Amino acid sequence: MKPFRSLDAVAAPMGTPNIDTDQIIPARYLWRSKADGYGMHLFQDLRFAADGTPREEFVLNQPAYANAGIIVAGRNFGCGSSREAAVWALSDYGVRCVIAPSFGDIFYNNSFKNGLLPIVLPPERVAALLAALDRKQDVRIEIDLQAQTVTGPGGTVDHFEVDPFRKQLLLEGMDDIAFTLRHTEQMAAFETEYDRAAPWLAVPG
Amino acid sequence: MPATLFDKIWAKHAILTRPDGATLLHVGRHLVHDGSSQAFRTLADQGLTVRRPDRTFATADHYVATTAQGGARSLDDIAVPERRHLVEALAANTAKAGIAHFGLNDLRQGIVHIVGPEQGITQPGLLMVCGDSHTATHGALGALAFGIGSSEVAHVLATQTLWQSKPRSMRISVDGRLAEGVTAKDVILAIIAQIGAAGGTGHVIEYAGSAIRSLSAEGRMTVCNMSIEAGARAGMVAPDETTFAYLSGRPYAPKGALWDKAVAAWKELPTDPDAVFDTEVSVDATAIVPMVTWGTSPEDAVPITGRVPDPDRAPAERREAMRRKLDYMGLTPGEALDGVKVDRVFIGSCTNGRIEDLRAAAAVARGRKATIPAMVVPGSGLVRAQAEAEGLDRVFRDAGFEWRYAGCSMCVGMNGDTVAPGQRSASTSNRNFVGRQGPGARTHLVSPAMAAAAAVTGRFTDVRRLTGG
Repeated sequence: MKPFRSLDAVAAPMGTPNIDTDQIIPARYLWRSKADGYGMHLFQDLRFAADGTPREEFVLNQPAYANAGIIVAGRNFGCGSSREAAVWALSDYGVRCVIAPSFGDIFYNNSFKNGLLPIVLPPERVAALLAALDRKQDVRIEIDLQAQTVTGPGGTVDHFEVDPFRKQLLLEGMDDIAFTLRHTEQMAAFETEYDRAAPWLAVPG
Repeated sequence: MPATLFDKIWAKHAILTRPDGATLLHVGRHLVHDGSSQAFRTLADQGLTVRRPDRTFATADHYVATTAQGGARSLDDIAVPERRHLVEALAANTAKAGIAHFGLNDLRQGIVHIVGPEQGITQPGLLMVCGDSHTATHGALGALAFGIGSSEVAHVLATQTLWQSKPRSMRISVDGRLAEGVTAKDVILAIIAQIGAAGGTGHVIEYAGSAIRSLSAEGRMTVCNMSIEAGARAGMVAPDETTFAYLSGRPYAPKGALWDKAVAAWKELPTDPDAVFDTEVSVDATAIVPMVTWGTSPEDAVPITGRVPDPDRAPAERREAMRRKLDYMGLTPGEALDGVKVDRVFIGSCTNGRIEDLRAAAAVARGRKATIPAMVVPGSGLVRAQAEAEGLDRVFRDAGFEWRYAGCSMCVGMNGDTVAPGQRSASTSNRNFVGRQGPGARTHLVSPAMAAAAAVTGRFTDVRRLTGG
């Protein structure tokens, strides 16, 4: 996994609440393999008309937010389906951080697995960032994961919380399967006891 | 110390907890489906094997066809090669790993969240995961069950564990008697309307109270199924005699002396009387009427007796989003929902594809005629067979409903069963998101009885007028 330490990028404002993973990547593309890439279909139906022409009004199609690497979003971003392709599409497009008042639970977990940092800030602080970005003058945001800070347009600084274990994995770009397998002995001992306590779970075969 | 149902299952599966709070959890049982090929690829790329094939179960649901060209459905009915390959890949990956697989030619095939409980794979006290957001369904039998992403599926396949920080707990007490014609689907839609689509974020919900206790095991599944639509990690109901009666005799449920031993353990699971929840919510069951959604989030649910809300009367910060939703849905502020014209009906999904759902829909369809296209997609091959044994397929066919094979179908449209752009759909599924049932599709979430009522009248109709309830 690509490590995440800091990021200085253009941020695009998407203040609509409940942007679900069906909007981030519609289900009709999910048969694709991760290796095929998903970035070209990110926000497909919001970004493009049915005939494939870009919708000018959509935030990522506006010149001010070209090459956005950060999205500032409304509450409950990434709610809905567990499809990890929502995260693949964002990161494939070049988005490596989303800031929102709250996230869909599974999207939030999936993000960390793909080197994308989801940051929760209080609703009023997200509203302030959205308002600043809407002005299209200064649209850059700087993230420092080690220090856990977001530096917004005009130099506003917000501190954010992040689970220490996930922070460590992101900073080191560590694969968590390899990390977990360091605990094989404990896992095996636990399983022996678990299987003994619930013998009815044994499946003949 | 008094503990909740959730606390007890969490503790039983915690292998170790790091000083920073991250807990390595053992996974009791893992369910996989035809959207899992990336996870198996990750495993193969890293030279890893499936750690506990005996605790892993698979079925194909998202990409399967729900129609058959010949006498029986086969892989060939999946017209698009890329989709067919995903169903084939599941068969190959599970065969190689020694995982039990209910494939297309197996009567036990179906939507993974229908199959788990139906087979008795789902049991009280288990920590269960699946690479699908509706995994909380299994919580209805007293399991702690939640959806995970593809990377986490690979992690569980390789290690039979998952890293988690402990979520907060929420108890939603639904008390009072449900009125005639009000179903489990109406209960969960009313709950989500009350607490919001992010109301359960960061929480595991325990549904409690007399109205939940009086629901059947299948009704509880409908409620738990949509926990994710309230933002929650999981939803669960304490196991009781209803749970045990449901599980008894199912293929993977314990038998004989082991059954007695299991039930004794399961009876220890319910929340202790003095246990404390981080959040408490109470819902008045007597006030719930049949529900219908008007917008593009499950929280946009109102009673069928209600009206499309008016953005001008909403808080200023919500107006623009509401106008966009009404524009997408083609609805007028203040319009009565009862009477809105519907273009097609979908009855099925992991929310409402069980036998009781089909019985409820058939009771409305019996002796009537569908006036718009309507399809019934049973949740599993066994649900389909049971319905046919009860003659429900005849009721639906005589009423002009299509009778399909089991799969996720039009809930998510990944198999090609979609709603046309601009069409209004009365759907028993779980999500009314923009484009969920196909680009431009206008989805309204309702109960199976309400969906059948819409099919026969061509409009949203308070089902209680048809059934005298």
